[in-house]
Amino acid sequence: MTNDRPPSTDTQGPLWEVFTQEEQGAPHRHAGSVHAADAEQALQNARDVYARRGEAISLWVVPADAIVASTPGDAGPFFDPGNDKAYRHPQFYKVPRGVRGL
Amino acid sequence: MDQKPQAVAEDPAKLAEFQARIDRGESIEPKDWMPERYRRQLTRMMSQHAHSEVVGMLPEGNWITRAPSLRRKMSLIAKVQDEAGHGLYIYCGAETLGVDRADLIDQLLDGRAKYSSIFNYPTLSWADMGVIGWLVDGAAIVNQTVLAKASYGPYARAMIRICKEENFHKRQGYEIVATLANGTPAQKAMVQDAVNRWWWPSLMMFGPSDTDSPNSAELLRWKVKHKTNDELRQRFVNLTVPQAAAVDLTLPDPDLRYDEATKNWEFGAIDWAEFHEVIRGNGPCNRERLEARRAAHENGRWVRDAAAAYAAKHGAASATNAA
Repeated sequence: MTNDRPPSTDTQGPLWEVFTQEEQGAPHRHAGSVHAADAEQALQNARDVYARRGEAISLWVVPADAIVASTPGDAGPFFDPGNDKAYRHPQFYKVPRGVRGL
Repeated sequence: MDQKPQAVAEDPAKLAEFQARIDRGESIEPKDWMPERYRRQLTRMMSQHAHSEVVGMLPEGNWITRAPSLRRKMSLIAKVQDEAGHGLYIYCGAETLGVDRADLIDQLLDGRAKYSSIFNYPTLSWADMGVIGWLVDGAAIVNQTVLAKASYGPYARAMIRICKEENFHKRQGYEIVATLANGTPAQKAMVQDAVNRWWWPSLMMFGPSDTDSPNSAELLRWKVKHKTNDELRQRFVNLTVPQAAAVDLTLPDPDLRYDEATKNWEFGAIDWAEFHEVIRGNGPCNRERLEARRAAHENGRWVRDAAAAYAAKHGAASATNAA
């Protein structure tokens, strides 16, 4: 946003990304983020913000700047090695008619 | 609130590609290319929305100590805590656009940012807790259900989470309303009075009429919004009229009538002068709300400072141990 004032001097603490596991056996999924001074406070804040109704049985918090992500602009060439290999899918292979259990 | 932004010359090819993605119904994610104006509009909308959740705690927090039973008190505390959570979901979404939450909060506290005008009205009786849950949260749900399909992924995801929780807010409010409406004559009069005071401000929550809404066309084209302010307002009225009738309460609008042809409940003229006055800061409680927010923020400063000092000391200690 355009702004003629200096950035805030108030501390909200660094940003942590929050991942929640909703049930036994399920993967951890990104839920959102929280601000917190340290890891312990980040976990407590994440619990209060993202698990008020039993939505989680496990939480991960990760410093947001520790996450390395692919870039949307390079997505084409970056994922290309996986896009042109039809032989990695079972449908690529012909099976004699009538054979079951394959 | 902001200075007039300089017009940014966007690459026409990128703009066209962006619009094509929107038209295909794709979701825009934080690292995707987006027009500066889209980023700015979303930052404005999301920060106003987050501020509204946070300021929205004040009118209800006012009644926690005076709730008439432990059951009501527990529900109200949980609801107010939800509003804090909702503010945080949306601030978190807004930060993915490249703004800092501390700056957004500064803008709220020094009066540059707007929040929903509904929270500048006072909560005069316990019945207001019921009517706010029913009408104010009810209106918010109508709005947010559509925003859950917004083209910006982080906003849409925050809305989905919020909508799930708001249903509790609306039902707990309606339960209070129904209880009072079936109570003593004094209780019934109290809840009718609350409905009379909150009805029109609730209709104003949907924003200016389509003929007077400068941002609407752009937001619809970008699929941030999927319905116009007037469409959503009408939907809310249609949902609410039967709910009022069910508990034998009247809505304070002599022009309210059912139109067989359109299947809509037609309603009377909204006092837009009042709406604009409240937005300009001249509502009954604007000053009080901001003062309460500032005091809460200042009174919490020592906690933030202590947490930061603890983290710094702890971090320094573990760095020493590792060496």
